[in-house]
Parts: sequence; C-alpha cells; structure tokens
Amino acid sequence: MDIFLQQIINGLVQGSIYALVALGYTMVYGIMGLINFAHGEVVMIGTLVTISVAGFMIKAGMPVMLAGMAGLTAAVLVCMALGWGLERIAYRPLRNAPRLTPLITAIGMSIVLQNVAMIVWGRNYLTFPPLLPKMDFEFAGANFTAVQVIIVAVSALTMGGLLFLVYRTKLGMAMRATSQNPAVASLMGVNINRVIAAAFIIGSALGALAGVMVGTYYEIAHYQMGFMLGLKAFTAAVLGGIGNLAGAMLGGILLGLIEALGAGYIGDLTGGFLGSHYQDIFAFLVLIVVLMFKPSGLFGEKTGDRA
Amino acid sequence: MSKWLNPRSLFGIALITVALLALPFVAAMGGQAWVRILNFAILYVFLALGLNIVVGFAGLLDLGYIAFYAVGAYTYALLASPHFGLHLPFWVILPIGAMVACFFGVLLGSPTLKLRGDYLAIVTLGFGEIVRIFMNNLNAPINITNGAQGITLIDPVAIGDFKFSNTTQILGVSLSGPQKYYYLLLALALLVIVINLRLQNSRIGRAWQAIREDEIAAKAVGINTRNLKLLAFAMGASFGGVAGGVFSAMQGFVSPESFSLIESIMILAMVVLGGMGHIPGVILGAVLLSILPEALRYGVGPLQMAVFGKMLVDPESLRMLIFGLALVLVMRFKPAGLWPSPERKRELQDAGAAK
Repeated sequence: MDIFLQQIINGLVQGSIYALVALGYTMVYGIMGLINFAHGEVVMIGTLVTISVAGFMIKAGMPVMLAGMAGLTAAVLVCMALGWGLERIAYRPLRNAPRLTPLITAIGMSIVLQNVAMIVWGRNYLTFPPLLPKMDFEFAGANFTAVQVIIVAVSALTMGGLLFLVYRTKLGMAMRATSQNPAVASLMGVNINRVIAAAFIIGSALGALAGVMVGTYYEIAHYQMGFMLGLKAFTAAVLGGIGNLAGAMLGGILLGLIEALGAGYIGDLTGGFLGSHYQDIFAFLVLIVVLMFKPSGLFGEKTGDRA
Repeated sequence: MSKWLNPRSLFGIALITVALLALPFVAAMGGQAWVRILNFAILYVFLALGLNIVVGFAGLLDLGYIAFYAVGAYTYALLASPHFGLHLPFWVILPIGAMVACFFGVLLGSPTLKLRGDYLAIVTLGFGEIVRIFMNNLNAPINITNGAQGITLIDPVAIGDFKFSNTTQILGVSLSGPQKYYYLLLALALLVIVINLRLQNSRIGRAWQAIREDEIAAKAVGINTRNLKLLAFAMGASFGGVAGGVFSAMQGFVSPESFSLIESIMILAMVVLGGMGHIPGVILGAVLLSILPEALRYGVGPLQMAVFGKMLVDPESLRMLIFGLALVLVMRFKPAGLWPSPERKRELQDAGAAK
C-alpha cells in the first residue's frame, strides 16, 4: 500500500510539471492550430538560465532565497522574450502557408535552440543549485519532500490563475474568440497579432516555471532535456484533447500518474518480463488506446476536417 | 510518352545518366567517405519517397516513419548475422523485410483510421518511440535485439561469390565496396521512383489525393477511404522496410540509436522542404538535407580557422545550428517547398490573391 501511495505522490509531482508544459502547447494549438515543437526547448532554456543566474548569485554569497527568486525571474523573462521571438521569426510570416510548413520551421527552431544552448552551456550535465530547503515528510508510510509539495502547490495556483485569465479577463475573451474564428474576431476589433503573441508569451512563461521545477526536482539539467519532456507534455495535451486548457492539465496529471504507477508495477504485472525501463512506453500506449476510443482526446471537441 | 522522346529531353536524360554513373568515381577522389555520403543521400531519397506516399499523396501526417526503417533493418540484421547464426541471402530477406514492415504499417494504420491531422501525428510519433524502446530493451530475459549495443557483423550484400563489401577489379576498373553499393542503391532508387511516378496518376494515386483534399467528399464519391488509407500506410512502410534492409547490409551494424525520433522528423523535413507530393521536389529535398550536414561538417571547422585563426565554437553544434537555420529560412521564403508541384503552387497563389 505504501508503494502505491508513494507512486501516486511521485506521479502527481511529475504530472504537475507535464501539465504546466502541456498548457504551453495547448494554448498555442488552441489559437493557431499549430504544434509548437520548440516549446520543450523553451523549457530547457528556462532551466539553464536559472542555473546560470542563481548559481552565480549563490557563489557571490547572496542568500539562497534571493538567488532563487532572481533565477526564476530571469528564466521567465528570457523565455517570454524567446516565445515572442519564436512567434515573430518562425510562425507569424507563415500564418497563411500550408499546414506542414510551420511544423518544419518549429523543428528548425528547436534544433537551433538546442545547439545554441550547447554552445552557451556546453554538452555536459549541469547541477541545479539547491534553491529549496531539504525537508522530508511522512504520510501513511509514504515519504515526500518539501520540493514535491511546493511543485504541486505552485502548479495548482498557476493553473488556477491561467483559468482566471482565460475565462474572466478581456484578453482571455479575445483569446477564446480568436481560437473560434480569427477572421470574425478581428472584425470585432480583436488584435489577432497581439492575442497570438500573448499566447506564446504566457505559454513560454509557464514553460520557464516548469523548467525551474524540473531543475529543482531532478537537480540536473542538460541541453537535450527539453526534447523528451516536450514530447511527453505534448502527449499529455493530446490525451486531454488538444486546445482544451482543463484537458491539458488533467492530461498532464493523468500521464504522470500512469507513468509512475506503470513503472512501479510493470515488473509484477508481466512476471518480470518487462522492467521499469519500459516506463516511456506507457505514455504512448495509453495515448493510442485512448485515441482509439475517443479520437479527439478525453475532453476535446470534435475537430474539423482539416487534413 | 512522346514528350520524353524528343531529341532535347533524350539528350538531357543521357546527360543525367552519365553524371549519375560517373558520380561515385568523382566522389571517390575526395575519399571513400564521400561515396558513403552519396549512398546515404540515395537511401534518404528512398525513404523520403516512401514517406511521400503517406504524407504527400494521402495527406496522413506520419511522425513515426523511422519505425518501419528500423523494422526492416532489424529483420535483415537478425536473419543475416551471427546473432542467431542465420545467414539468409540478401534477396530472400529483402522481401521478408518489406513484408514485416508492411505488417507493422497495417498494425499502425488500423487503430488510427479515425484520427485526423495532428492526433494522427502524435500517435504515429508514439508508435515510433515504442518500437525504438522495445529494440533498446528486448535483450532480457530473451536476447532478441541485443539491446543498446545493437547487432554487429551483419552479412554484406552478395550475389554468388561477388561480395559488396570489398574492392574488386571489373574490366580493369577498381570498384570499392561503397561504390558497388552506390550502383545497387541507384538501381533500387530508380525502381522506387518509377513506382512512385506510376502510382501518382493511377486510380489509387488519384483516390489518395482526393482523401488528402477532403476525406468526407472522397467517401461520398465512393472511395473506400479505409482500405486506401491502410494501403498508403502499408506501401510507405514497405519502402521503409526495404531501405532499412539495405542500410543494415551496407553498415554491417544496427543499433536503436539510428532510429530515433529526430530521424523521422528529418525525413519529414525532406519531404516538406523539397515540395510535398511532388516527386522531383522530394528527391531534391532528400539529397539537399542529407548532404548539407555532411558538407557543413567538412566546411565549418576549416572556415572558422581561416576567418578567426582558431576554433571559436564547437564545429559540431555550429553545423547543426546552421542546419536548423537553413530549415527555418527555406520554409520562411518558400512556404510550399523548394520545388512544389505546379498545381500546388497555383493553389497557393490563388489563396494569396484571394486574401
């Protein structure tokens, strides 16, 4: 039982991170119908910027708390700028291009960002500075750390804030209108370009936050870390029904739970034939099974016939 | 056909034939490494044309195409290496590899028939990853794929005693291993190109294009969309499987590392960058994108030395950086690809004019 609870906690933490990253994908997709393949790289840049800024400040003897806040702020600002730049350079000029064209520029930007990161930060694994105090709690036989609690709490708060933004503010209304029909929205006085840029910027800020969380949780970072993380988060977004905010959140948490439980129990289930190194398979297997029965994800609306 | 028989185009065809035949000898002057690069360029033409059937003709976005290549490569590796002690001849394995890959194509295709657009893309991507993860881990408890170490000592292609791996003298001309593979690949690639050209304007090809443009309308005019979509997957997969078999024989070594997602993405980039659905465009895209990174590998380092007098940036990352930028810039200024089909170009212009 305690293993079960332990895996649930691990899954919840991992799932919160997936959910934050998945929101970045789903916001852009909901408004533009575009897979922003470079989003995972934005998350990676967020982590690495935090390492540089916070690491430098800690070395200079400043308090850890201050260094952590400065690192987070720097990461969010850099990623917001990056998101805005991505949209301007790689996506805006191609808004009327064939559908696969922006996909290829997104992949190109992803390769560019990875290699810029490799040039700037090198190809070795970097240690993430310990920004949060190490504290352990015990609950019903399962252990969890302060870091885990903070990750889940911060992502829950952030997601609440995002839902408020999208459903209760004017910008959110403009976003929803653009997502339904850009042409009509612009006739109603919505500045489409600004709305799309805002979606990219907000998504990237969430990505930066997720990047800092990944760093604090795993304590290492690498220029290639964004790829698999992005892939999983995108899977989560699709699982929940891409373009749907609540879907991305639930999809992310679901994916985290499935992975954690799957990795914990696959050995027992298959009599030791398959080990926990098959962890990465679950995400995709569950996705395929879910889409077989619900072709637009768990909470997605039926998509149109754009091929 | 008469279009092809006038003297000017005959002359052009003759010129291209001579150039293609002479190419491995020209490349060999720069070392056998360049012949290998050429071989890979042809292999990618092969793969890109296979993917073009799925993406370009039928409009099904497949991000896991490399899985079929992997299946073909592993089929060959398992049936012609000391790993299981089997040594079947190349010509027997090639159709087996194609069939196994074809089976996997249908396996992927059948549960995804209902999915559209990007949902299909992510499922195919997941499928590709699942195949790779299995190859990486199927070494225990029963050792099938030998895990991350991969399979070594794979038999080269051989026709009787004529082995493709070593250098031989034919009519006084010395032919190296890679050069022999070049001609084999060229012959296979020509076959694939002919099949593609014949498919494009066949009943099946036109049905695929109808599905690509509007699936519901295609269904309404009586096209069996289910079977045709499966056929597209199966056919694309078989080409991938054959390419995988040749890859395996040529390299003598396979490991899961060669079949990562980025490879699938590369092949897709070749198709889109060249001009989706247009065969000459796809060939151009494949050749360009497979040669560009290699050319940069040889060019970037010395260029830095010449300009700055020292290595400022790691040439490996610089070359991929340039490669990524090239992808972005080409798509930015040629949204329909470098060499789109005339109809597609017209459609885009009309769409632009209407705005």
